[in-house]
Amino acid sequence: MKKAFAILAVLTALLLIYAFYQAMWVAPTERTMGDVQRIFYYHVPSAWTAFILFFVNLVASVAYLVRKNPKADVVALVSAEVGVIFCTVVLVTGPIWARPVWGIWWTWDLRLTLTLVLWLIYVSYLVLRRFSDSAQTPKLAAVLAIFGALDVPLVYFSIWFFRTQHPQPVIGGGGSIDPRMLHVLLINWLAFSCFAFLVCWARYRLEILRRDVEEAEALESLLETGTSATIAKGKVPLGGGPR
Amino acid sequence: MNSLWPITLASLAKDIRLEWRSKDALNSMLFFSLLVVVIFSFSFDPTAEESREIAGGLVWVAFLFSAIVALNQTWARELRNQVLDAYRVSPAPANALFLSKALGNFILVMLLEAVMAPLFMVFYNLRVLGTAWELIPVCVLGTWALVASGTFFAAMSIRTRMREVMLPLILFPLSIPAIQSMVEATRIILSGDGNPRFWIVLLLTYDVVFTTACLALFETVLQAE
Repeated sequence: MKKAFAILAVLTALLLIYAFYQAMWVAPTERTMGDVQRIFYYHVPSAWTAFILFFVNLVASVAYLVRKNPKADVVALVSAEVGVIFCTVVLVTGPIWARPVWGIWWTWDLRLTLTLVLWLIYVSYLVLRRFSDSAQTPKLAAVLAIFGALDVPLVYFSIWFFRTQHPQPVIGGGGSIDPRMLHVLLINWLAFSCFAFLVCWARYRLEILRRDVEEAEALESLLETGTSATIAKGKVPLGGGPR
Repeated sequence: MNSLWPITLASLAKDIRLEWRSKDALNSMLFFSLLVVVIFSFSFDPTAEESREIAGGLVWVAFLFSAIVALNQTWARELRNQVLDAYRVSPAPANALFLSKALGNFILVMLLEAVMAPLFMVFYNLRVLGTAWELIPVCVLGTWALVASGTFFAAMSIRTRMREVMLPLILFPLSIPAIQSMVEATRIILSGDGNPRFWIVLLLTYDVVFTTACLALFETVLQAE
């Protein structure tokens, strides 16, 4: 398991370097926007990765409520944390691109607003987890995740209608994409997905380890000092036993 | 299921009697929203033309903030003397408790709106240019949207450290579509340009979806230990 993690880490690093090379030098320069368009290869893959992670969070939350498996809760926590990070990347790279191209940092466009609201919902999810006491946190967080998922279509419709009433002068239209650009985009997405998976994996192991240590400490404080040492030793994977 | 409504009504009657005798929540909400109205009128120049455009937002933000005052008190009362634990072990359906609390908050916030709406009209020099009766479904559906999910999330936030801070942090992001619907519908009705029907339908959808989810998940939250 530990070997697999190291191999994946190396592969991801190589893939990220290759994707960076592709995005910076191989992909053709966009005719009107110029080089600033290359941020697209970071913006869009981050967005896709973030949305996938939020979806994973929902599935894991439902699984936790149904099965009560603590591992599902760890997956939910990890995917929400990494998802918020990727969503932050989207929200930061977006305005950097929009300023030279649209002439404004931000517009209350459908996709922008939806991403922002999604980010807000998942930050509130993490805040709840942080401020809740350990034993009941998973259940409350899973319930909140389900409410967040129910909220997304409603947010979508509210902004969609709002924006069709008040059209903005600057909307990045769809249009077609050069196949070479699409190719680079997909490579970058693959690299980002691998990277996200790697971070999630590391965070997952860390969280499991943290819970084991917490459990062992609780057990230790319950028992007398003499007997506790042997039990705790058996409980804590001190050698960093890979899971 | 048969015992759902009698228990709901009994619990609701108890809450209303408590509120009637102390008037804690109602008084603090009324004074709070009065303060919000006054501070808003200092922050924005309430001349008739502009105020009609922003009044929808101001009214609902004031009601939202005051509703938080009532929502935070909903469950805090039951923590004293371990009343909530008694509910948990009693055979009464969990949803009866949720419905009674949500209905109690609904009545409180509707009372607040009935008192504060005329005051808003006076302070901001408002006249309804659209169809006035449409404000009634917007008020009813909007208030229910706030209190149903608010009561539910208040039950979640009492399990956390920093209870009073936690509720708006959970409630505000999730109620964005509801708040936008209320504000837009109110703005359209006040200014009389456009049709608020889409927003009322969206508000109704929000109410149906969130009330169903609250009823389905409340037992999980109540029993979470």
